[in-house]
Amino acid sequence: MALDEIKIGGLGASRRRVEDNRFIRGKGNYIDDIALPGMLHMEILRSPLAHARIRSIDVSAAWAIPGVRMVLTGDMLAARNLAWMPTLSYDTQAVLATDKVRFQGQEVACVVADDPYIAKDGCEAIVVDYEPLPPIVNPTQATAPGAPLIRDDKTGQDSNVVFDWEVGDREGTDRAFAQADVVSAIEMHYPRSHPSPIETCGSIADFNRATSKLTVYMTTQAPHIIRAAVALVAELPEHMIRIVSPDLGGGFGNKVPVYPGYVVSILASILLECPVKWIEDKSGNLISTGFGRDIYLKGEMALRNDGRILGVRMHTDSDHGAFFSDAQPSKFKIGLMHSAFSCYDIPAAHLTAQGVYTNKAPGGVAYRCSFRVTEAMYFQERMVQAAAADLGMDQAEFRRINLVRDDDFPHRTPWGFLTDSGQYGKCLDLGLEAIGYEDFLRQKEEARQRGRLLGIGISTMTEPLGAGNSREYDILGIKMFDSAELKVHMTGKALLRTGAKTQGQGHETTWAQIVAHELGIPAEDVLVEEGDTDTAPFGMGTYASRSTPVAGAAVAMVSRKIRAKARQIAAHLLEVSEEDVEWELGRFSVRGAPDRGVTIQECAIAAYSNMPDGMEPGLENNAYYDPPNLTWPFACYIATVEVDPETGVWDVLRVVAVDDCGVRINPMIVEGQIMGGLTEAYAMANMQFITFDEDGNCIGSNYMDYLLPTAWETPGFELHEVVTPCPHHPIGAKGIGECATVGGPAAFVNAVIDAIGDSGVRNIDMPLLPDRVYEAITGGHDISGAPPVKTE
Amino acid sequence: MYPSRFSYEAPSTVAEAVAMLAAADGEAKILAGGQSLIPMMKLRFAAPAMIVDINGIGGLDYHRADPDGTYRIGALCRHADLEKSAALADVQPTIAAAAPVVADPLVRTRGTLVGSVCHADPQGDWASVMVSLEGAIVAQGPDGRRSIQVADLIDGPFQTVLAPDEIATEAVVPAPRGTRAGGYLKLERRVGDFATVGVAVSVEMSGGSVARAGIGLTGVGPATINASDAAAALVGTALDADAVDAAAQLAAEAAQPRSDHRGSADYKRHVVATFVRRIGAQIQRSEQEAA
Ligand SMILES: Cc1cc2nc3c(=O)[nH]c(=O)nc-3n(C[C@H](O)[C@H](O)[C@H](O)COP(=O)(O)OP(=O)(O)OC[C@H]3O[C@@H](n4cnc5c(N)ncnc54)[C@H](O)[C@@H]3O)c2cc1C
Repeated sequence: MALDEIKIGGLGASRRRVEDNRFIRGKGNYIDDIALPGMLHMEILRSPLAHARIRSIDVSAAWAIPGVRMVLTGDMLAARNLAWMPTLSYDTQAVLATDKVRFQGQEVACVVADDPYIAKDGCEAIVVDYEPLPPIVNPTQATAPGAPLIRDDKTGQDSNVVFDWEVGDREGTDRAFAQADVVSAIEMHYPRSHPSPIETCGSIADFNRATSKLTVYMTTQAPHIIRAAVALVAELPEHMIRIVSPDLGGGFGNKVPVYPGYVVSILASILLECPVKWIEDKSGNLISTGFGRDIYLKGEMALRNDGRILGVRMHTDSDHGAFFSDAQPSKFKIGLMHSAFSCYDIPAAHLTAQGVYTNKAPGGVAYRCSFRVTEAMYFQERMVQAAAADLGMDQAEFRRINLVRDDDFPHRTPWGFLTDSGQYGKCLDLGLEAIGYEDFLRQKEEARQRGRLLGIGISTMTEPLGAGNSREYDILGIKMFDSAELKVHMTGKALLRTGAKTQGQGHETTWAQIVAHELGIPAEDVLVEEGDTDTAPFGMGTYASRSTPVAGAAVAMVSRKIRAKARQIAAHLLEVSEEDVEWELGRFSVRGAPDRGVTIQECAIAAYSNMPDGMEPGLENNAYYDPPNLTWPFACYIATVEVDPETGVWDVLRVVAVDDCGVRINPMIVEGQIMGGLTEAYAMANMQFITFDEDGNCIGSNYMDYLLPTAWETPGFELHEVVTPCPHHPIGAKGIGECATVGGPAAFVNAVIDAIGDSGVRNIDMPLLPDRVYEAITGGHDISGAPPVKTE
Repeated sequence: MYPSRFSYEAPSTVAEAVAMLAAADGEAKILAGGQSLIPMMKLRFAAPAMIVDINGIGGLDYHRADPDGTYRIGALCRHADLEKSAALADVQPTIAAAAPVVADPLVRTRGTLVGSVCHADPQGDWASVMVSLEGAIVAQGPDGRRSIQVADLIDGPFQTVLAPDEIATEAVVPAPRGTRAGGYLKLERRVGDFATVGVAVSVEMSGGSVARAGIGLTGVGPATINASDAAAALVGTALDADAVDAAAQLAAEAAQPRSDHRGSADYKRHVVATFVRRIGAQIQRSEQEAA
């Protein structure tokens, strides 16, 4: 009798998250829970100005405070060749400023003291003499003639341009536009946002002079990459470096880069020979660490009167802040922006992209997405809505006409990606049916007669997940594979370790389910560990929805290796040849005599006590998985809203989500990911942005200004599913961590724009705060861009 | 976020607290709910040398009506106490309307109305409510007690006329001249957000017309705004649409908003007027229902 897969917590089981057991009891082990004997505390002094030359730094008063153990400045670091560090995008970033400060919140000095209060007092006692320089807060200012040069530290850098880049078929696209009946054009801005994990960044560096070993507890989504980076930058031997990423209170991309605080805490620990803890405060996190988005778009679509899209042109101007430190592993300058329009059948497309430096925090992290995919899909779906409007065509019908058909896979996207599977039309239809599309259009019309503004917005998209493959994706040369190691103990219990790093996704729960599916070992018998470079196999970490597509595949592959060995043992135990052994979940039996069998647990003990002659004892293995391609989940999100024309306030009426992420390992966790993503999408559409005033002051540096939605205003979500297994993933999964954050915002914005359609307004840039909506309705004009806020 | 060094005292009587404040020579701060003071200290915007925590003083957590209808709210009455009071809507409709929209549920369990008024944040909701009700604060200092109209108490952003050794022991709303009606509307970007615009309208109806009116504005000026001209436009009227409209215009004129990332000055003025109209219409509707 085969095991019931759901009962043992295999694929499809909505198993409760095992990690929650410790979290809800307050027994998690986060960075700030860790205390080492003799540990000192570090605080960072940050620049109050966005752009200024440093004339001098006087640290004498800080040294004089009892309990201050060390004050570190850029000059001290420069003497050790550590004042600058490489970024993930082949630029350099100041660790502590030496010559100039280039954004408000930049790290200027660090104080190490007996406790964090004294360290903070020490920071306050430091006197920095700044000579203010004119700040630049957007691409227009950055490229204006005579603009001050931000990166005067770089030889050969004579403008604020980081890159000019293009991809696609320029001539083919020009031809498509020449043939167009209608050209639809729109401009917009995807505002700067912040991943804002509840837990900020932090580290505890512990250098032991006696053993020469450096242990760093660190909030990182990619511990092995950090180990490699520390080895290269600090020139320490890699085997003497141990990076431990403990329980993470969220990451969302924020905890991928290397931050100055990590680096200085390591140096301080080496110099002081004792553990040094640095815990960033909330404002520090919001103003200095990896932001998301901040891109301007000029988009054009070539359309035929019958609704077909002939071609797409996009130009992006991206604001990278003071240092180009985008955390992205592709060789493409603007990430996967050119994955836009992958769900539509479009013959020609061309993208040009310019990136600039500004006096804003560096980062450009993939905030809950794969490297600029959120911007790509937002631009796509806003352009699609505008195009439908320009053709006078129903927005659902326009999508249906252009979506890639089920029998068109594998499909080459307009910019050359290869998508492999999907049922796009089915997802759209399911969504329209769930929301009651025709009915709603009638209600909308009736409401309109009575002066009420209802609107409906659709967003359909497929997004690339799971970098790599190793041909096209690497981080500083390290290829984007991932790994798993499985040790089956003699009693049939197992220990699984991967190179990924969970931060809320529930790996401890779901990886065990994959093992259960492959081996029939109950999920509860599998302990999952990640995050310690001394024990976990080398991997590239968790971001870009890559864990299930890559590390999850490695878990399946290593389980299969174990099963192959167990089969040999089973044949030995059953005294038949391997060809006569059949597998059913959890058990091998003799072909034709199903009563004669051995369980996987019996094979496990035999691996240590009764293995066949010549077989290596034990039941352990590892797998490194290099995905053949990206995975491409599909989603259709539909929102309905009502706008109050008197105040511009809009309320969400309903949200319907149809997700096809392939095979679902744990449906409950999948739904949780979708709801979380939609909440973030709603936040971006409705309230959330980091903006700057003309002086480069960051507005959004705390939770009174940077708004996270609460349970109170977050709308309810109605979830539906379609399952099209990924053809090249071992268990058919495609990844779900980010779909809703990526595809969600356009649904809300499209709905509001639809509601105010009579005003002739084509675009309001996010966030759609009430004043912007009101101004658009009453002024009858678009609200575009993120001009520097004027503070009177 | 680590505050500067401070000492901590926890008196058990008002007299003791006043003595501690007097001895501290202006370097001490009262701690009530701590929902404004503690964030300011953690950001090191405030660095008092001493904290006088009044939470241990008994008998200050009340809110109640005197037999004549005067309403008293003690210094340790929390926002949540007001929010959860079922009886409040009938006797103090403006307070009842504001209580659920001040801050978020967590903050409301600690924050106090009196502390909020003393904090004098131009974006604080309670000061506008109290101004609309012609409310006062009772302050106790080394030389005894005095009563200060909330409209006179606040003399700038985060500034009051309270002496450093004075404690506000209660807020007092005078008895109504008729039946009370009123409302509070707040434009916020999210629960727990301070007001982009907040409008408190309180009226006392007698014989079908307005015997007294008050309008307070939140978040649209350097301090809480007492829109007295707008309120005066309501007195003697039956709260008909024209009268409300006139008051709405005057309230918008009384506002002194700044353009910022929450919206333009014009937009905020427009919302002030809209909210006055909406509260007026609300009151109208409930009067009609009651009739
Ligand atoms: C996340 C968050 C959101 C918030 N949102 C809002 C909002 O939307 N609207 C709003 O109005 N408020 C809001 N607040 C503020 C909150 O309502 C505070 O509780 C209130 O402003 C102050 O009351 P408190 O009792 O906490 O005062 P405390 O913080 O204890 O004190 C504030 C100040 O008043 C002084 N003080 C306090 N009590 C007395 C007294 N009896 N006599 C003399 N001086 C005194 C203190 O010395 C201090 O200077 C928010 C606070 C937080 C943390």
